[in-house]
Amino acid sequence: MGWFSTTPFLNVPDSTQITYRKSSWWKLNQQRLTPWIFLFPGLLLFLVYVIWPIFNSLYISLLQWDGLSPAIYVGLSNYIELLDDEYFYISLMNNLKWLILFMLAVPIGLGLAIFLNQTIFGIRLIKSLFFFPFVISQVVIGIIFSWFYNPRGVIGPFLDKLGLSNYAILADENFATYGIIFAGIYPQIAYCMILYLTGLNNLNIDQIEAGRMDGAKGLSLFKNIILPQLKPATFLAIVVTVIGSLRSFDMVAIMTQGGPYGSTNVLAYYMFETALSEYGYRMGYGSAIAAVLFTIMMFYILFFIYRMYQSEKKGL
Amino acid sequence: MKKIIATLTAILAMGFSSSFAGTLVINTDLTDPAPKAAFEWAFNKFQEENPDVTIEVNNFDHEGYKQAIRNFLTTSPPDVFNWYAGNRMLPFVRAGLVEDVSDIWSDTGWVDGNLTEGMSHAKKPMTIGGKQWGIPYTYYQWGVYYRKDIFEANGISVPTTWDEFVAACATLKAAGVTPITIGSKYLWTTAGVFDYLNLRTNGYEFHMALTKGEIPYTDPRVHAVFDKWDELVKPGYFLENHASLAWQEAIPPMINGEAAMYVMGNFSVALFKEGGLTNDNLGFFQFPEITPGIPMAEEAPTDTMHIASGAKNKTDAKRFLIFLSRADVQEEMNKTLGQLPVNSGSKVDPDPFLEAGLNMLNNAYAMAQFYDRDAPAEMASEGMKGFQEYMVNPDRRDKILERLEKVRQRVYK
Repeated sequence: MGWFSTTPFLNVPDSTQITYRKSSWWKLNQQRLTPWIFLFPGLLLFLVYVIWPIFNSLYISLLQWDGLSPAIYVGLSNYIELLDDEYFYISLMNNLKWLILFMLAVPIGLGLAIFLNQTIFGIRLIKSLFFFPFVISQVVIGIIFSWFYNPRGVIGPFLDKLGLSNYAILADENFATYGIIFAGIYPQIAYCMILYLTGLNNLNIDQIEAGRMDGAKGLSLFKNIILPQLKPATFLAIVVTVIGSLRSFDMVAIMTQGGPYGSTNVLAYYMFETALSEYGYRMGYGSAIAAVLFTIMMFYILFFIYRMYQSEKKGL
Repeated sequence: MKKIIATLTAILAMGFSSSFAGTLVINTDLTDPAPKAAFEWAFNKFQEENPDVTIEVNNFDHEGYKQAIRNFLTTSPPDVFNWYAGNRMLPFVRAGLVEDVSDIWSDTGWVDGNLTEGMSHAKKPMTIGGKQWGIPYTYYQWGVYYRKDIFEANGISVPTTWDEFVAACATLKAAGVTPITIGSKYLWTTAGVFDYLNLRTNGYEFHMALTKGEIPYTDPRVHAVFDKWDELVKPGYFLENHASLAWQEAIPPMINGEAAMYVMGNFSVALFKEGGLTNDNLGFFQFPEITPGIPMAEEAPTDTMHIASGAKNKTDAKRFLIFLSRADVQEEMNKTLGQLPVNSGSKVDPDPFLEAGLNMLNNAYAMAQFYDRDAPAEMASEGMKGFQEYMVNPDRRDKILERLEKVRQRVYK
């Protein structure tokens, strides 16, 4: 308040009697309201761009609508049709494959991070080379891997030696998805690696020293001293990997467009295909797929929030 | 960047100058070099002839256009836009977004010589509900492109019947050449084969009834088509791994001499020639007859120009459409496009493929637009997925056709 008194306006002579007005409503509630005022722009955007679209999609999933003609309310028939749609089950299964196999990125990333966490000459350069796949756009990786898988391309001679000449993994309905996942994991490993590298930088040296003194080394040192300290990094790596696998869209779109005959579809791409692609424009059906994907993600997110809440209660 | 600026200025200009009479707003997706050049010529020529009209072009990226058209037709309709004939325009016509231009076709009030007489053979695909909704300005033929030298080396002459065709495939296969190359990653190439097999086995009327959803996919006549297809798929006459290749990626085997034929559209000629083939070793023949006596209908996808129902300047829009249907204009444009003019009064360049195509189409019984333009989008996408699956696993035919039948019942409900 010091600087206030220097302004002429507030330099009131002693004789003047100051009467304070009764505390206004604003003054009484200022403390409670200010955070909301600051939050307002963000909340507004969140409502308009996240919450409202969610409910709107749920509503559209009850309609039969091509985006041009008037929409017809059809109740749950889009969902009933989903139950009888084999492409939907294929997509769901593929999502599951993505989810499970994508998890491999976490331990591989950890392994690489530990391997690269050395102080030798030029390690920064090597680290950045390992990080490179994450910098490249997914689209570029998709294109390069589809060239790579082309039996007339780079791996052709190796396939010949393996007795698999002319084998095109992306044309094989049983293995095409694995081919795409492999391409998808490639940048994901780099991502997990970088998360672990930063985690390794923040290790508490004292604890490691103490562990060593107590005779821990090798695997037991790693398991009991280092891994628990990497818990935040692991947590983050798992979260981004799960999300990355569930929203796997670009790779599928670039490498196979869901083909051959729908066998590499995932929910996100199938939703796009039915609702927005050249042959699609079934907004209602696409929204129903989106609703299913949303439910799956919601389960995961709620579980995640619950875990976070539990550990914060414990004060970890 | 230049394109973006051009589009932006066009959009800005649209906003500022829409009040002036004589501004014609045209939305197109003609970003490929040849169509772009052809239309630039047409725009200049039109302005030369009609100095009172200013043309504003909004050029969209080809793939993006398919999405954008839904937005701009409902929110800020241009005067004129390009699209495709057949069922592809049906959703827009049905939603009342396209202007009825039957008066151009019937010449009332717009008489400019015998304007549309030369295009009467292309009237059918432009007609929905007895009215015409645009004018066609170019099309191209589909058929079989083949390596003349490989055919000669194996003593094969151009097949005109199904038996000859299958025999040719067998000879080629025995000689270690893949008879037919195809890249089915983007599905539509399989539809070209299906369309021709169906047109030749059951005829044009049946094909149209099938794509209109009037015939179940489990019908014995559809099975008959797949019986013919079996004769090619089961002995392995198509390129291996076609499901992983785009249509362009299936061209190198033919250029290398590893494959001999490709059921394709005429736009492929440019790629064949880029790859080193010439008129001496690349040839074209009409898809052979299957059921004797059935009139030969052909695949000829047509590109069209339409007026938006929300157009501000319908008068000049109609003048532009009339201009675009003129024989001399189509002749000049199609020279640049390397395709066929729809107006039968136009001539084509002396090119063996164009001449063969023109000759074939002028004598065609009828013209199909291609499966994905004749059938509604949903049916087409499921259908083409099914064709691809069939070509990889011919044993699943029954399952696939049952699935397509299920889709048909839903789509045409």
